Amino acid sequence: MLYREAGQFKTNYFADQAVFPIRQDRIGVAIILLLAFVAIPLYGSNFLLQAVVIPFLIYSLASIGLNLLTGYTGLLSLGTGAFMGVGAYACYKLTSLFPGVNILIWMICSGFVAAAVGVVFGLPSLRIKGFYLAIATLAAQFFLQWCFVRIPWLVNYNVSNAIEVPQRMLGDIVITGPNASLHTRYFTVLIIVVAMTWIASNIVHGRIGRMWMAVRDQDIAAELMGIRLLRTKLLAFAVSSFYCGVAGAMLVFLWYGGAEAETFNINQSFFVLFMVIIGGLGSLLGSYLGAALIFGLPILLRLLPDALGVPMHSATIEHMSFLIVGGLIIIFLIVEPHGLARLWQITKQKLRVWPFPY
Amino acid sequence: MDLLYKIFLDPFVQMGSAPDLLLQTLWEGLVGGVLYALIALGFVLIFKASGVFNFAQGIMVVFAALTLVGLFALLTRVGVSNAHLAAFAALGLTVVVMLGLAIAVEKLVLRPLVNQPDIILFMATFGLTYVLIGLGELIFGGEPKVMITNELFLPRGAWDLEIFGGFVTFQHIDIAAAIIASLMVAGLAVFFSKTRIGRALRAVADSHKAALSVGISLEQIWVIVWFASGLVALVTGIMWAARSDVSFALQIIALRALPVLILGGFTSIPGAIVGGLIIGVGEKLGEFYWGPLLGGGIESWLAYFIALVFLLFRPQGLFGEKIIERV
Amino acid sequence: MRLKALMVGAVLAATAGAPAFVTAASAQDSIYVPLFSYRTGPFAGSGIPIANGMHDYLDMLNARDGGIGGVKLAIEECETGYDTKKGVECYESTKAKSPVITNPYSTGITLQLIPKAAVDKIPVLSMAYGLSASAVGESFPWVFNPPATYWDGLSIIMKHIAQKEGGFDKLKGKTIGFIFFDGGYGREPIPLLEQFAKKYGFETKLYPVPAAEMQNQSAQWLNVRRDKPAWMIMWGWGAMNPTAVREAARTNYPMDKFIGIWWSGGEDDARPAGEGGKGYLTLNFHGVGSNYPALKDIEKHVLGKSQTQKDKFAENLYNRGVYNSVLIAEAITNAQKITGKKAVTGADVRRGLETLNITEARWKELGLPGFGAPVTNVTCADHNGHHAAYVQQWDGQKWVKITDWITPMKEEVRPLLEAAAKDYVEKNTGWPKRTEPCDKK
Repeated sequence: MLYREAGQFKTNYFADQAVFPIRQDRIGVAIILLLAFVAIPLYGSNFLLQAVVIPFLIYSLASIGLNLLTGYTGLLSLGTGAFMGVGAYACYKLTSLFPGVNILIWMICSGFVAAAVGVVFGLPSLRIKGFYLAIATLAAQFFLQWCFVRIPWLVNYNVSNAIEVPQRMLGDIVITGPNASLHTRYFTVLIIVVAMTWIASNIVHGRIGRMWMAVRDQDIAAELMGIRLLRTKLLAFAVSSFYCGVAGAMLVFLWYGGAEAETFNINQSFFVLFMVIIGGLGSLLGSYLGAALIFGLPILLRLLPDALGVPMHSATIEHMSFLIVGGLIIIFLIVEPHGLARLWQITKQKLRVWPFPY
Repeated sequence: MDLLYKIFLDPFVQMGSAPDLLLQTLWEGLVGGVLYALIALGFVLIFKASGVFNFAQGIMVVFAALTLVGLFALLTRVGVSNAHLAAFAALGLTVVVMLGLAIAVEKLVLRPLVNQPDIILFMATFGLTYVLIGLGELIFGGEPKVMITNELFLPRGAWDLEIFGGFVTFQHIDIAAAIIASLMVAGLAVFFSKTRIGRALRAVADSHKAALSVGISLEQIWVIVWFASGLVALVTGIMWAARSDVSFALQIIALRALPVLILGGFTSIPGAIVGGLIIGVGEKLGEFYWGPLLGGGIESWLAYFIALVFLLFRPQGLFGEKIIERV
Repeated sequence: MRLKALMVGAVLAATAGAPAFVTAASAQDSIYVPLFSYRTGPFAGSGIPIANGMHDYLDMLNARDGGIGGVKLAIEECETGYDTKKGVECYESTKAKSPVITNPYSTGITLQLIPKAAVDKIPVLSMAYGLSASAVGESFPWVFNPPATYWDGLSIIMKHIAQKEGGFDKLKGKTIGFIFFDGGYGREPIPLLEQFAKKYGFETKLYPVPAAEMQNQSAQWLNVRRDKPAWMIMWGWGAMNPTAVREAARTNYPMDKFIGIWWSGGEDDARPAGEGGKGYLTLNFHGVGSNYPALKDIEKHVLGKSQTQKDKFAENLYNRGVYNSVLIAEAITNAQKITGKKAVTGADVRRGLETLNITEARWKELGLPGFGAPVTNVTCADHNGHHAAYVQQWDGQKWVKITDWITPMKEEVRPLLEAAAKDYVEKNTGWPKRTEPCDKK
C-alpha cells in the first residue's frame, strides 16, 4: 500500500541506474540520515552515543571493508583485526611525526598504509583460495600483532606499550584526545562513515565491483573473460584493508582514546566476520544490519535482567549472553543463510503486495 | 656479516656443541607436534565427512576436559569413594556426553543447514563455539581446574637420559601422550579403512549425492564423525591439560593446529599427522635457535609461515587431493 | 516464514531500543560502588577470587555496620571478561548512576578511563596495576594506583635477590632471566631491569610469552635450560602462571630462585605443579589466610550467601580483593570526614583517596592487624606511595611469608615515573593542568 512503485516512471538511463530507484527508499534513507544527524545527537544519552552508536558506526565501516573482500570478491579473510591495527598504529605514528597536519587527513592516509600491508598479505590469494586462504590470512593476524607488541617505535617508546591518543584540533574544535566532546567525535565518525559508505556503494555498483563479483562467482571464468586476476584480487585486498584501516584508526582515536596491541587480537577479526556473515555477504546494508545485531545483542542481553528487575549475577548474565548469542547465530543461519540483508529484501517484496497476499 | 653468521651458522654451531639440548628440543617438538596432530585430526575427520570447517574443535577440547573434571568432582561428592573408580566412571560418562553432543549438533545444526555454502556452515560452528563456552561456564564455572592425571593412572615423573655430557628429560606424561595419540590415530585409521562404516565415510567424502543414492545414511555418518572428533578432543584435552590446567584459555591451542591443516591438507589423515610433526618440530627449532634473534616469542606466527612456504609449492597441502577446477 | 521474520524483526527492534532500558538510579540514600570484574574468559581463574574478595568485604560492611558512616553501599558488579570493549560499556552504563569510584581491573580499560576520570569526576583506583606514570598526582589528579607500582615490585625483587646473594656487588657477572606476558603489562618493568643490569653488572635474558602461547611454554623453558640464569623473575597472569610453574619444575629449575610479581601468586598458580611447585616465590602486599577479625566477620555475615566457594575463602587473590575494598572503604570514610557529608560523590572520594592514611593502628581498628604494610605515603603529589611488600613461598600447601616487609627503591623508581608522566602530558597537548586543591591529612 505504502511501499509501491506504481506511478514512478523512469525517463532516462541515469534514473534507471540509481542505487535507490524507488521513491520510498529514498525517503527512508533521508529519514535515517535525519535521525542520525539530528535526532540522535539531540536526544541520545551519553551511554547511547559512547557505548552504542559510535562503536556501531565504526564496526559498520570495518564490516563494509571485510564485505568488499569476502562478500564481493569471495576471498575469506581472518586478518581484519590486524589490518584495523595497522590503521590505528599508522595514524598514531603519522600524527606524532607530523602533528601540524590535520588528524582527519592522517586518518585517511593511515588507510593507505593498511592497504599497502593488505596487498602484501593478499599475495597468497593468487595461489590458494577458500579456507586455505583464510588460514593464510591468520598469518597476517598473528605476525602483525606480534609487530605491534615488539616494535616500541610504533608506540613512541611508551612504557606501557600503549597508544595514548593525543589532542588534535580542527580549527578551534577539539576532535581527538580527552577533551574532545562526545558530540564532536560522533559527528566526525558519522560523516566519515557516511562518506565512505557512499564511495563503497559507487565502487561496488561500478566496473570494479562487477569485476570483483565475476571473480567471486568463478575466477577462472572471469580470467577467460579478460579480467586480470592479479590486479583484481589485490585491488580487493587493498580497498578492503583501506576501509578496515580507517575503521581501526577511528576506533582508537574517536572511540577508545587509547589502545594496546591486544585490542586488535584475533577476536576482533572474528567479531567483524560475524557481522559480515550474519548481515549478509555482498550487501552494504547487510554490513550495517550485522553490526547492529552482533554489537547490539550482547549489550541488550546484559541490560535485560536489570530492566526486567530480575536479580542475576553479572557473570551468569555473561554466560547466558554467550549461550544466547551463539544460539541466535545458529538460528539466524538456519532461518536465512543469506543474512539479514536478504530478510530485508523479502520483507520489501511482501510490503509491495501488502495487504493482498499475491 | 655478523647478522648472516647469526642466522646461518651460529644456530648450527649451537646444535653441534650441545647435542643434548638439540635432542630435547626435538623431543619437545615431537610431543607438541603429536598434540597438534590430534587437534588437526579432529578437524580433518569432520571436514572429510561433512565439508564443515569445524571452528568449534578448540572449545570441544576444553568442554570435554571440563566435563571430565566436573563429573569427577560430582561423583566424588555423591560418595564414590574410590578415586580411580570415580575417574573412570567420569571418563565413561564424558564419552556419553560427547556422543550426546554429536547427536545434538547433527540434529540442530547440520541437518537444517544441509547443502548451504561452506562459509555458512563455518559460521554455524562459531555459533556452536559460543554456545559451548556459555554452557561450560554456566555449568562448571570459569575457574581453572586441575586435570585428574593420577586418578586416571597417567604417569608422573621423568626419565633423565644422560647423553653427550648433558641430559635429556623425557616426561612420562609426554611419552604416554605420544603412545596414546599414536594408538588413537592407528585405531581411527583401521576403523576408517577396514570397517563398513569407514568405507561409508570415504564414500560420503567423495560425493554426498552418490553416497545417498547407494543407501548410506548421511545422518548416521555425521553423528559418527562428530563423535569421533569429540573423542579426539577428549584425549587432546586430557593430555594438554595435564601439562597446564583445564581453563578456557586452552581453546586458543586449536588455532595452533590450523597451520597443520593447510600443511597437511584438509582431507588427509596422514597429512594431519605428518603436518603436525613438521610444524611441532619446526616451530620449536625455530623458536629455540632463531627466536632469540628476533627477541623470542615468534612461535605464534612461525608455524603459519612454515605452512605458507609449503603452500606456495603445493596449494592443496602436502597430502591434499589435487584441486581440479572446471569452468 | 512470517513467524520467523517477526522473531527476527523483534530482536532487531529490541536491539535498537536497548538504551531505553538504561535506568538512571537515584543515588541519594546510598553510595554507589561499581566493581568491574571478570568471571569469564581466559583470565577468569585470576578474576574470580579477586571479584569475590572485593564484593564480600563491602557486603560485610553493609551487613555488619550498615554501610559506611551509616550510608549503605550499593554494590554492583559489571562483567568485563577482561575485554576493553565491554569495559567501556560497563563504564558508560554505570556512569549514569553516579559512582564514587571505578576499579577497572584491566590495564587496557584503565588506559581508556584515565582521560575520562577528570571529565566525569569519578576517580580511578587501579590497585598496583594500570599506568605506572599515573602515580604522579600533579599530572593525574584523578587516578590512583597504591600500594606500589610494577617498578617498585621489581626493585623489591632485586633487593631480595641481592640479599640472598650477599649484596648487590655479588650480582656482577650473574645472569637473571625475565619471563613475562608479552604485552604492555609484562614489558613495563624491562627498562628498569636493564637499568639495574647496567648498574650492578649482571646480564638479563628475556623470555616473552605471547598471549596465545600462555599454556605452551616449552620453548621458553628450553631457553632457560640453555642460559642457566641464576634467578628467574616472572610477570605473568591468568593461565600463564600455573603453566610456567609446571614447566619450571619440569626443567628442574630451582624453585627457590624463581620469583614472581604479586599477580603471579595465586594458590591455583602454584598448586597444579604438585610437589614440583614447592619453594616457588612471589611478592605479596597483604596477609593470606582468614586469621583476621574482619575476615571472620565476612565468614559470619556473608559467606554462604555470596558467590564465594567455602574452600577458596581467604586465599591469596581473595584477600587481594579484600585489600582493594579496604582502600575503597577507607577513601569513602575519609571523604565523609573531610566533607561532613554522608552520601559522598566521586569528587569527594578523590579527596578521600588523596588523604589515604592507614597506619598500623588503623589496620588494627579495621580488624586487619598486620594485614598490610601501613599505607601512609599517598599524597597529592604521590598517588602511589611506593609501599612495602614481602616475599612469600609456596610450601606445597599454602603460602608462607618468608621475609619482612621490604621497601622499594623509591629513588630509582620515582625519576622514571616522573619522566613517563611528563612524556604523557607532553604528548597530550592540552592535557588539563591540576586545578584540584590539596587537602591536609
